[in-house]
Order: sequence, then structure tokens, then C-alpha cells
Amino acid sequence: MTLTFNRRIFLGSTALLVASPAILRAQARTLNLYSSRHYDTDEALYSDFTKQTGIAVNRVEAGEDPLLARMQSEGANSPADVLITVDAGRIEKARGLDLLQPFASEALASRIPAHLRDPDGHWFGFSTRARVLLVAKDKVADGAIRTYEDLADPKWKGKVVIRSSTNVYNQSLTGSILAAHGAEKTEAWAKGVVANLARPPRGGDTDQIRAAAAGEGDIAVANTYYFARLTRSEKPEDKAVVEKLRVVFPNQGDRGTHVNISAAGIARHSKNIDAAKAFLEYLATPSAQRYFAYGNSEYPVVAGVEPPPQVAAWGAFKQDQLNARVFARNNAEALKIMDRAGWK
Amino acid sequence: MTDAALPPFSGPIARPAVTAGRRAFMALAMVVAALVAAPIVAVALSVFQPSPGTWAHLIDTVLAEIIWNTILLMAVVGVGTSVIGVGTAWLVTLCRFPGSRALEWLLLLPLAMPAYIIGYAYADALAFAGPVQSALRAAFGWARGDYWFPDINNVGGVGALLTLVLYPYVYLLARAAFLDQSTCVLEAARTLGSGPWGACLRVGLPMARPAIAAGVALALMEALADFGTVQYFGVNTFTTTIYRTWFGMGERAGAGQLATALLAFVLLLVAIETLARRNRRFGTSARRHRPPARLHLGPLAASAAFLACLLPILLGFVLPIAALARLHAEGGDALFGERFLVYARNSFILAGMAAAIIVTAAAAIGYTTRLAPGPATQAAVRIASIGYAVPGTVIAVGVLIPLGALDNLIDQTTRAAFGTGTGLVFSGGVIALIYAYLVRFLAVAMGPVEAGLHKIPGTFDAAARTLGATTREVARVIHVPLMRRSLLTAGLLAFVDVLKELPATAIVRPFNFDTLAVRVYNLASDERLAQASTGALVIVAVGLVPVILITRMVAKEQATGGRSDA
Repeated sequence: MTLTFNRRIFLGSTALLVASPAILRAQARTLNLYSSRHYDTDEALYSDFTKQTGIAVNRVEAGEDPLLARMQSEGANSPADVLITVDAGRIEKARGLDLLQPFASEALASRIPAHLRDPDGHWFGFSTRARVLLVAKDKVADGAIRTYEDLADPKWKGKVVIRSSTNVYNQSLTGSILAAHGAEKTEAWAKGVVANLARPPRGGDTDQIRAAAAGEGDIAVANTYYFARLTRSEKPEDKAVVEKLRVVFPNQGDRGTHVNISAAGIARHSKNIDAAKAFLEYLATPSAQRYFAYGNSEYPVVAGVEPPPQVAAWGAFKQDQLNARVFARNNAEALKIMDRAGWK
Repeated sequence: MTDAALPPFSGPIARPAVTAGRRAFMALAMVVAALVAAPIVAVALSVFQPSPGTWAHLIDTVLAEIIWNTILLMAVVGVGTSVIGVGTAWLVTLCRFPGSRALEWLLLLPLAMPAYIIGYAYADALAFAGPVQSALRAAFGWARGDYWFPDINNVGGVGALLTLVLYPYVYLLARAAFLDQSTCVLEAARTLGSGPWGACLRVGLPMARPAIAAGVALALMEALADFGTVQYFGVNTFTTTIYRTWFGMGERAGAGQLATALLAFVLLLVAIETLARRNRRFGTSARRHRPPARLHLGPLAASAAFLACLLPILLGFVLPIAALARLHAEGGDALFGERFLVYARNSFILAGMAAAIIVTAAAAIGYTTRLAPGPATQAAVRIASIGYAVPGTVIAVGVLIPLGALDNLIDQTTRAAFGTGTGLVFSGGVIALIYAYLVRFLAVAMGPVEAGLHKIPGTFDAAARTLGATTREVARVIHVPLMRRSLLTAGLLAFVDVLKELPATAIVRPFNFDTLAVRVYNLASDERLAQASTGALVIVAVGLVPVILITRMVAKEQATGGRSDA
């Protein structure tokens, strides 16, 4: 058994090496990463890449927009090889600023679902996070709230907790609603959500989750990994929070739940293109995908890699198939709509 | 001491002759000022770019609110830091009561606490789902709406928290000013019939005015530039709107115009204060300096004074540290010890280098204004020190643009001349980072340096020059010794500020270069407060080192009299 397993790994990695001459050529090189991911678990993700390829990974981690400004000002001499963001809107913005170059990769095209990558290959989503509702089990009956649109229903007046519109996840969510309903209905929806708020927006996603569990509101809107983090916590008060809440995947009856992506693309002026290509293909390998899944409790994008058990326990769900590029381009308009609706 | 007591210097007699050496010195200072002003000017140039629709949208939606919030925030922070800073400084320097010596340095502790950290700590502790309210509900069986609890998620709350960590700027400068006041001046007031309190109010406070104004200006600018705390508390200000306009809507020109409007507002305030004390001089011509005699307080007054000084320390340091320690105990950073040494070392070296350079630059520029006063120098100083009111991210990008342009120019030139390019020379290196700190924090060092220079009467220079001393000798023998405390204060403030600085560090830093602040912010922005608490505690601990050093130095100075003429 052990023998066959080892042989499979051996054959598999040989096949990968043969299939990706990029990896071979990139030996003994370095890869410069501009990243807005900053999870400790990512260090294993990068060091594994170094182990497999011998390519050392250098990192600068900062907010996405400033990183884009840095790449712009560095111009043709920019040392960046790969840009990683935690949101579709910003990687699409990088493409718009001509900071990325396309990568026509068979491997990536076959492994990553079409709605999670740029149709022209400038960027690829490597993990997804769903924006879900966390509802108080004892106050919100099963099936009482089913969609994002329901958040604006007057029957939830004073029950909804959600963070500021400055937050990019809310901009992308509203961008997806804009794509589904148009500007006028989206503004009416945003006004409805604001009217239903239990308190003015404040804090992060985790704060919304805790507030719903404590009874400050009944329905919180948050990304899945924040809730997953609480389910993995050993602390009694975190366990109590998880005990009180139920995960609702919105819009299962129609377009599906909005998912955002953590995405990466090759920098326009990359000097280590082979290393960059090897890295992107590496991110779609099962072992790298497991780091995304287990490290930060995100959903892997490659078929056959399962999310961690706590996340899988919420059940499978239908994703909104809207291409990330569309809601990404809607971000600015979405923010203006939220401004007009008085969403702080 | 009235304003009329010192004859005003004016005209060509007061202005020293311009020698070649001094001209070179002034040129150097002007170059520094220009370098520092470059990124700010780069931002201000956005005024000339079209930003169609942005302003109409802002006026329709949030503009009135952010102006109101910003003014309110400044009012709270301005009044709060003045009252706490001046009040405590006066109590510990001019009164003697049990514990006053210890309080003298304990009052500096909140300086080591980054604003975003105190914000996170209080927000977490006092939230509806936080430990305090949860315990209350559990103890009394209350539910939501059964009880009243103060809500800190508003301008008042944020203002109060910022006040708690910013008052040390006022305290530090006011205290230094009070210490430098000769008792003779106060005694003169007493012989003229003032009571001890009246002497303070009518002589001590007015004479410390440049220092107090500098401290309050620093606190206000820091409050204006704050993004992390106000954003977390859901309060919309100019800064949050700059971020939203720039990053959310992608309107860089519109964001730059907002930033410029903010700067214009700050310049206006500075101009008002400068005009208000125009033509007044704050130096003393007293020949003899004796440290002020301390007022011994009775038991009742002593306890009141003790409590008044203890409260800001409790609220601004002890309680947030306790909250952080609780978070750390619950789920602190597992990496503690392993690489924190590297983070701490990086932070410490960076802050030390930056502080040395910032203080040198501030001294050079401040000195130029003394040697060559005039509208041009004044304007240069104001523009160079306005960076403190600019949000760190705006500065960082403002620094990247000219550096990148310069780098690419050098690269192209060498490529054309020698066939090989240089690549990036400054961008992505420590130099770029220090440049960013210089732009952002020059004002922090300028405040104490200017206040210190103001206190040295021009008669000293004049007398020394009459006796044949060169400008250089005047600087070495008279100014440097008299300025030592001011320079130390400037260095301490710059050091602690660089240590806490975040956005510029994260954006401009070289590859694989982590500092404590970066670590803390990454964890906090990822909503891992418990883990972030460890790094926050280490920042505070590292920040305490210079605070303790400087208090010891000041204490020693006081013990030995500190002055050659004492």
C-alpha cells in the first residue's frame, strides 16, 4: 500500500515536471511576490513551492491598492513577478492599469472553473470565499430568509448586522446584485438593508458574527472563513457563538451564492516569467489547494480537493456563476450606490 | 514679563551677515525642505486634474457629514489633549505631592500605544458581545435593550480614545517648557501681587504657549491622519473618504483633491495660531536660571492631583494593556519568541535610524529659520512639516511616484550611456522607507525643535556675536546645550512614531522585511485580535525603551542642575 502510494506520488510529480517545462527552466531562480494575502499558513504554501522547485520566494505584503501604486511607479523596472490579491475587484483593476500579462495555461484553464478566472488569462482565482448569512437559530426559522434580496425586507427591521461599505467584500456583493438587478433596484435594495440595520456598520466580519450570536441582531453577513475560524476555536465563548448560529447560503433557488476569489496574475514587467508561470500552476495543484482549504478555511477551486470538514459540514451549495470580472468592474458604481443609500 | 519687555528685533541690524558657509548651510536645509515637500506637492497637484462627478457625488452624499465629523473630532482631541496634557504637566513640574516624581514619567506611557491598538482593545472590550457587557448581562439576567451602556462607536468615543494616546505630545512639550521657565520670572509675578495659581495662569501658561501650540498641533494632525481607528469605529472623516474615493471608486484625482483640502485646512489653522502670536517673543532674559520652586500640596489637593494624573495613565495605558494581556492569554501569537526578536530588531533599527535623520533635518531647517527668517523660509517650513496631517498611505504613494520616476530616469540614462541599466536604485529599499518617514514625521521633530529655538532669546546670539563668536561657535556653545532637551524630545517622538507607523512601512518596505507594526496590523486587519495582541504588547515594550531612557536623562539633568548658569 505504502509502496503504491509512493509510486503514485513519484509518477505524479514526474508527470507534472514533464508537463511543465517552465518548472524545469525555473530552477535556482527567485520569484518576487507582491501579495495582499497575509495568513501565517501561506508560509507553508510558499516554502513547499521552494522545496519542489528550488525557487526562493521573496515577498512584500501590503494593501492591494498601494501595491498597485507601487508597481505603477516602479514601471518597467518593477521587480514584481506575481501579484496576489484577496478580492476580484483589485486584480481586475491591476489588469485595467496594464500591470498584468496574460498567461495561456492549459493546466489552469482545465482546472479552474471559467467564472473564477479572467477570460483573457490575466488572472486566475485560486480559492473562493462565499458571502453568507449567519442567522440566530432560536430567532430565525428555517427558510425564513433565503436571499440577499430578503435582507431588505421590512420584516427584518432592526435585525441585520453588516460591516461598512468601505469594505471591499460588500462592494463586490453589491456589484453582483447590480449585475443581477440594475442600478435602480440595487439602490432600493441598499436603502432597504440600511433601514433594517440593528446598529450603524462597525467592526469587521467577525464582529458581525459575534453580534448576531449575542443578540444585537439576528442576521449577520460575513465571509465563510471568518465563521469557520470560530468553529475551529477552542475557546468556550467562540464555541457558544457557533452553537447559536446557522449558516444560510443565499439565493440557492436562483442565481446562487455570491463568491469572491483570492486571485493571482503575472506582472507585466516580470523578469522571472518561467518562475511566475511555474508558481501559478503550482497554486492549482492539489497540495497547494489543500493549503488554501486547510490554512484559511477557504473553498478550493480545483475539483477533487475537498474543503476542510468544518466547512464541508455546512453542505454543498450553488455558486453565483457571474464572472468575477463583472462584479469586479461594478465595484466603484456599487460604492456610489451605497453612499447614496446612506450605507456608511 | 510682558511682550513689550523685549525690544523687537527688526531691520538689517538684527540679521547676521551672510557668509559663504552659512549660505551653504541654508541651501542644504532648503534642499531637505524641498525633498520633503516633493511628495506633498505631488498630491496637491491633483487639484489641476479633472475629476468629473466625484465632487458632485460627494456633495450629494457624505461631504456635510465628514466635514462635521472632522471638526468635531478636532474639537474633542484639541480640548482633550490641551486639558490633560497641560494640566498634568503643570501638576507634576510645579507641584510636589506623593507619587509626583513617578507620575512624571508614567504620564508618557500612552505614547507607546498605537491609536489603532487602543481602538481595537476598547472596541473589543466594550462591544455588545464583548466581555464587559456579556458579564453584565449574565450577572443581572438582562437582554438587549434592558439596560443603558455608553456607546463609544461615534465621534466622541473615537476622539476620547485618540486623546488618551495623543495627550503625551502636549504633556511632553508643555512639561519641557515649564521646566525651562526660570523661577525668577514666576517670582517676579508673585512680587507684583499674583498668587501662585495666578502666576501660572498669567505668566507660566502664556510663556509656554509656543510649546503647547506645537503639541496640540501635533495631536490634531495625527488625529486628522488617523484611518485605522475611525474606520474601525464606523466614523466617516476626511481620511476615510479619501480612502473610499481613491480605492473604492478609483478616483485618484478626487482623492488627491480631498487630501489637498484637508491640508489647506491644516495650513489655515497653523496660520491662525502663528498670526495670533506674531510679534511676540517668548524668550526670557533672566540672567539666572533656577528650577521652579515646587508647590507643596495639602493632603486633599495632593490626592486630587494624584488622581488627576493617574486617570489618563489608567485609561490610556493600564486598561488597554490589561485588555491586550487578556487577549494574549486567550490565544496569543504562537510565534512569540521565535521571530519576534527579528521583528523587534527590524523595528528598533529602523526607528533609530529614521529618528536620527529626522531630528538632524528638523534641526537644520529650524536653524535656517533662525538665521534667515523671512516669508520664504517660513513657507518652506510649513509645507515641509504638513506631512504629519497626511494619511500614511497617501504619503507612501506620494513618495513612490517621484522615487520611481527618478529611478527610471537614472536607469534610462545609464542604459543610454553605458549600455546597461541600473534598475531601481532607491525604490524598494530602506532609503525609500526612511524618505517616507522623513516626509511623514518631520513635523513631529520640528515642533520641539522650533519651540526650543523660540525659547533661546536672540540677545544670547547677539551678545555672543558681539564678543566675537562665529555663528558656528554660537551654535556649539550656546544653542546645542540649551537645545539638548528639545532635541531629545524630538528624537523620542520621532522614534516612537516610526515604531508605530504602519501603512507607509507596509507599502514601501523591501522584500521579506517585517516589522512589529506590520505584523500586528496584518493580524488585526484579518480580525485575529487575540493573535495581534502579542505583537501589540511587544510594540509597547520596545516603545518604552526610549521613554525610559529619556526620562532618566531628564531626571539626571534636573539632579545636576542641568544648566551651566544655574
